Amino acid sequence: MLRRRKPEKKPEAETSVPVAVTPTPAAVSVPAAATRPARWSCVDTCCWFIGWICFSWWVLLFLYHAAPASLTQQVTEAISGPMPDPPGALLRKEGVTARHPVVFVPGIVTGGLELWEGRPCAEGLFRKRLWGGTFGEVYKRPSCWLEHMSLDNETGLDPPGIRIRAVSGLVAADYFAAGYFVWAVLIANLAHIGYEEKTMYMASYDWRLSFQNTEVRDQTLSRIKSNIELMVATNGGKKAVVIPHSMGVLYFLHFMKWVEAPAPMGGGGGSDWCARHIKAVMNIGGPLLGVPKAIAGLFSAEAKDVAVAREKAPGVLDSDFFGLQTLPHIMRLSRTWDSTMSMIPKGGDTIWGGLDWSPEEGYDCSDKKKSENVPHTSEEFRVGVDDIHISNVNYGRIISFGKDVAEAPSSNIKRINFRDAVTGNNFAHSNNSCHDVWTEYHEMGREGIQAVADYKSYTTSDVLDLLHFVAPKMMKRGGAHFSYGIADDLDDPKYKHYKYWSNPLETKLPNAPDMEIYALYGVGIPTERAYVYKLAQPAECYIPFQIDITADGGSKNSCLKDGVYNVNGDETVPVLSAGFMSAKAWRGKTRFNPTGIKQYIREYNHAPPANFLEGRGTQSGAHVDIMGNFALIEDILRVAAGATGEELGGDRVYSDIFTWSKKIDLQL
Amino acid sequence: MPILRRRRPAHPPPQIDGPSTSSAASDEKEKPSVPMARKPRWNCLDSCCWIIGCVCSLWWILLFLYNAMPASFPQYVTEAITGPLPDPPGVKLRKEGLSALHPVVFVPGIVTGGLELWEGHQCADGLFRKRLWGGTFGEVYKRPLCWVEHMSLDNETGLDPPGVRVRPVTGLVAADYFAPGYFVWAVLIANLARIGYEEKTMYMAAYDWRLSFQNTEVRDQTLSSIKSNIELMVETNGGKKVVVIPHSMGVLYFLHFMKWVEAPAPMGGGGGSDWCQKHIKAVMNIGGPFLGVPKAVTGLFSAEAKDVAVARAIAPGVLDSDFLGLQTLRHVMRMTRTWDSTMSMIPKGGDTIWGGLDWSPEECYSCISKRKRSNDSIVSQDVKVENANHQPNITNYGRIISFGKDVAEVPSAQIEMIDFRDAVKGNNLAHSNGSCGDVWTEYHEVGWGGVQAVSDYKVYTAGSILDLLRFVAPKMMQRGSAHFSYGIADNLDDPKYKHYKYWSNPLETKLPNAPDMEIYSMYGVGILTERAYVYKRSPSSECYIPFQIDTSADGGHEGSCLQGGVYLVNGDETVPVLSAGYMCAKGWRGKTRFNPSGIKTYIREYDHAPPANLLEGRGTQSGAHVDIMGNFALIEDIIRVAAGATGEDLGGDQVHSDILKWSEKINLQL
Repeated sequence: MLRRRKPEKKPEAETSVPVAVTPTPAAVSVPAAATRPARWSCVDTCCWFIGWICFSWWVLLFLYHAAPASLTQQVTEAISGPMPDPPGALLRKEGVTARHPVVFVPGIVTGGLELWEGRPCAEGLFRKRLWGGTFGEVYKRPSCWLEHMSLDNETGLDPPGIRIRAVSGLVAADYFAAGYFVWAVLIANLAHIGYEEKTMYMASYDWRLSFQNTEVRDQTLSRIKSNIELMVATNGGKKAVVIPHSMGVLYFLHFMKWVEAPAPMGGGGGSDWCARHIKAVMNIGGPLLGVPKAIAGLFSAEAKDVAVAREKAPGVLDSDFFGLQTLPHIMRLSRTWDSTMSMIPKGGDTIWGGLDWSPEEGYDCSDKKKSENVPHTSEEFRVGVDDIHISNVNYGRIISFGKDVAEAPSSNIKRINFRDAVTGNNFAHSNNSCHDVWTEYHEMGREGIQAVADYKSYTTSDVLDLLHFVAPKMMKRGGAHFSYGIADDLDDPKYKHYKYWSNPLETKLPNAPDMEIYALYGVGIPTERAYVYKLAQPAECYIPFQIDITADGGSKNSCLKDGVYNVNGDETVPVLSAGFMSAKAWRGKTRFNPTGIKQYIREYNHAPPANFLEGRGTQSGAHVDIMGNFALIEDILRVAAGATGEELGGDRVYSDIFTWSKKIDLQL
Repeated sequence: MPILRRRRPAHPPPQIDGPSTSSAASDEKEKPSVPMARKPRWNCLDSCCWIIGCVCSLWWILLFLYNAMPASFPQYVTEAITGPLPDPPGVKLRKEGLSALHPVVFVPGIVTGGLELWEGHQCADGLFRKRLWGGTFGEVYKRPLCWVEHMSLDNETGLDPPGVRVRPVTGLVAADYFAPGYFVWAVLIANLARIGYEEKTMYMAAYDWRLSFQNTEVRDQTLSSIKSNIELMVETNGGKKVVVIPHSMGVLYFLHFMKWVEAPAPMGGGGGSDWCQKHIKAVMNIGGPFLGVPKAVTGLFSAEAKDVAVARAIAPGVLDSDFLGLQTLRHVMRMTRTWDSTMSMIPKGGDTIWGGLDWSPEECYSCISKRKRSNDSIVSQDVKVENANHQPNITNYGRIISFGKDVAEVPSAQIEMIDFRDAVKGNNLAHSNGSCGDVWTEYHEVGWGGVQAVSDYKVYTAGSILDLLRFVAPKMMQRGSAHFSYGIADNLDDPKYKHYKYWSNPLETKLPNAPDMEIYSMYGVGILTERAYVYKRSPSSECYIPFQIDTSADGGHEGSCLQGGVYLVNGDETVPVLSAGYMCAKGWRGKTRFNPSGIKTYIREYDHAPPANLLEGRGTQSGAHVDIMGNFALIEDIIRVAAGATGEDLGGDQVHSDILKWSEKINLQL
């Protein structure tokens, strides 16, 4: 991509040189003008031009390859002053060296997937990446690609005749696409202090499957267990530091329950497996309580959840490229992925707020710019917030139909229950023409859609009912693997089932008093928290709801932008979801954390890169870009080299997470 | 890939003369009307520009077409020319209903595994986690000295030099392709995938092939990780035992592994004496140099053998001595001598196996017989009669190194051997220390006297070659002797054989106690393979290797086994039949002292047939050392065993060569 694009601009600059040279033929052609002036100048100039472009292209390509690798760095340093040493080099000078083996658990979307068996249309793609890398096949044979990336609608496993498997090894998620790092920067810094492949393990898994199914189909959990055991054994009994990112955080929660559970359903590691093998779990940007984006994604395929992919290939995913069917195609695809359902907000109204309240309600969307880069303790800050108290945003209403509904007091909203509405009235002709882009909306009928809109406002718990209503089959599949509630009694034997393992509100942490859990996440970026919806224009095959992007707060400080209410977060995960468990529910000895595993919150305030030469920045707080944040990397390196949370300096908080956590009334 | 791209357009330019001459022609026509203003300049400069422009455009168009071409296009072309291709074995066997059963483990050989950089000196900036070995080898061209520096190991320890960490690539990508388009394991992997294998049931036991076998455990814990992965695969596949497929040096590595895993903890893996029985169904050795290869000797002696054949075939200019001045070969020698693993392939078993001054197991081998032979397998008895009839000149294969062709051929009584072992060294070449400092080989310490003494001994057998190597390269051999041994055990129960240095020598270890296991020896035959050498002194120069193969020595007639200073014998181009087949043909067959539990052994030979035409690439019936990995018959055998068949189901032995006859001649106590 890079190669092709670069010369595109330069030929213009370069053609000024050719122009200087072309006078030779031009000068000659003037005397020759008498014979056939027109043909000569037109065709020939054309040929000259093509020749020059191709030629200069080669020259540039050659220069690009011949340039020393450090050239870009030199240029950057010349412009923006000397770059700071990467944390690995810095810490190496301090004498920090590799100690604990580290395990990376990548999140959704970022891990590569490759083809092991496919239909005839995918010929020649054996062991080539279908996901990750260049995404070349998405352009070359889109429908074939969709067919292979989809899972079976009923089982959530591979369709017959297709085997797509996770790439293994560090290459699985070091770069998502060429030049777009995910884990690579962290890996390089760890290598500086002496890590190598025997002490680093990428726990890659097929992120489309539900967590338990990765074990059923690929024995991924067994593999992770065996590899951690091996690394601990070959490193003189040093326990592993686990670094999950994004959805990997939930996956690893699931793993910790699985590994200690008895054999047929679990890994049979015994109740002290985690205590013996894990020093620390350093969750990066973990959606522990889910993300509102997931709802919008499942409801109307619109959220920026697949943000990375969209950024890379905007034309493909947006709806205008292949006609209107692209978005339904995406929806159908992502709805076959069980894992997307792991991120539906958990804990219902208790956590996310009801019609009239929400933990974050006092949040001022403009304060981001005012806030300084100095961490503060929660006590000081609460006073400051209470003073301002501007327009109160009803974050609890995760989906509202219309901006007025979102803002009106709850007593003024007339809600008509949709749960009993008839769904049978099918669109007459849709079955024929849309059968290959089947989404469950076709079975809902007009009345069902109207009923959904008439309920007007949905809180987190209503949203679950809503999803059950609009996508009953998908939610039924998901219901076998995930749960979104809060446990009243954690000792109830039903919580031994694996579907509860990835929900921190329905499981206890393992019995491992020496373990540490970190919540590392970015703050300072407006993050989707609630949506204003409207009914879409009916068309033949369409998704009947869409975000009302005309809804806008009006003032600059408003939290409502383009139909989305924003709150503090890392662009994907709101602070509440990433921080609440470590800030309150797991802090000290609680019923969710019976052995009192120590909790640390480390927030990283977002600072965009100063100029484009910095790439994605070294102080970013964005969900994926934070993997290149020097402060975060330094923390990880220190812990991997043996430091404890206390030695890092304990909590480091910029947001109001402690204030907000206090407002949540959860029995601990 | 880049090679392909750059090379292709090199041919088209002539065709481009079309447009350019036509433009010249149009100039010609214009000439009358143009008064001789600046005719010559226009013609010359412009035609030049035209050609460059056209070449570049055409290049891009070809590149575009190449990328836009459907993946199956080359196959269409091939089928159009040579008729429909046979189904690959995976497809065929899938139709028969075979499916994945036993997990498989690949153990790559020397050279074929990729190595990547984890920490380097300044000059290797930007190569972090890039392949130094394997892949495109781009860095060899860009910064050769830096590359040599990073690929070398420490001369004393045989481990990394300080500040450098080069580590093996892991996963199937480690050795599926050696370089782009040059498959090693990829064809086998693809065929296994057809019957249902995937990464959870296939494991590439990649290791740093430069290190001695025990050092891979010391530095990288590779053996532990292989053990753990095999255990995991057996466990997650319902207790189905693994089928192990080592190739080339991987065969020795896996022998070492089997001893290591059962040995008690500090030195071994502590798996207990029934680990192999519990975890391994079969070991399917491909082209295994069980008893070493003569090539390894010349490689160490004068850096000349084609051992690094693969690398050399890919990049001939780099390794041959004329490219970067005369020091290249010495650099290569210095580098390879730091690699302990090369010493694992020095011929083992001495004169008992490889023959003495006057006899060798293969002595009656006729080098022309290859062409006469039909492709049917021959029972060895028939051949004996046939061969005995026309008894060609007997080759003294036992004399692995001879100084001069005459010495190689005369009866041993006439050779005057002056013992070199006590010769004085130390008479250093005066000025070499200064100018050759960075291409240090131990020859500088041997001195004139030593070099003379070596050539005065005239003839070396497999036994005396060890003394020779100790004489010319004492430091290297001292390092190696801590890790490898080349003898034959008199008493296998002697406690000294518990040391790891014996584990990779099949003549000094017992096979594990695993009566249900099967051992296959699969190798190509029908290619002439290096077996003994004629040497000469090389003309002295400043920094030089004092010996070289006498390429002028030639048998004279067509059927001679002596070609270019090398005596050839049947084999797979790298490993002679004797080394690959002897253990399974005799040393391990039945219950012997080397195989106390009577593990079944099978010999599967694959007769070499070169690819019929260029389009077939490296062929589907090749018997060559690496190309055999794409041999359909071999792949079919492997798949059947992986799907549950036994050696008997495959049809037992399949022998084309005289291995059974030759094995009989070897007098080894069993």
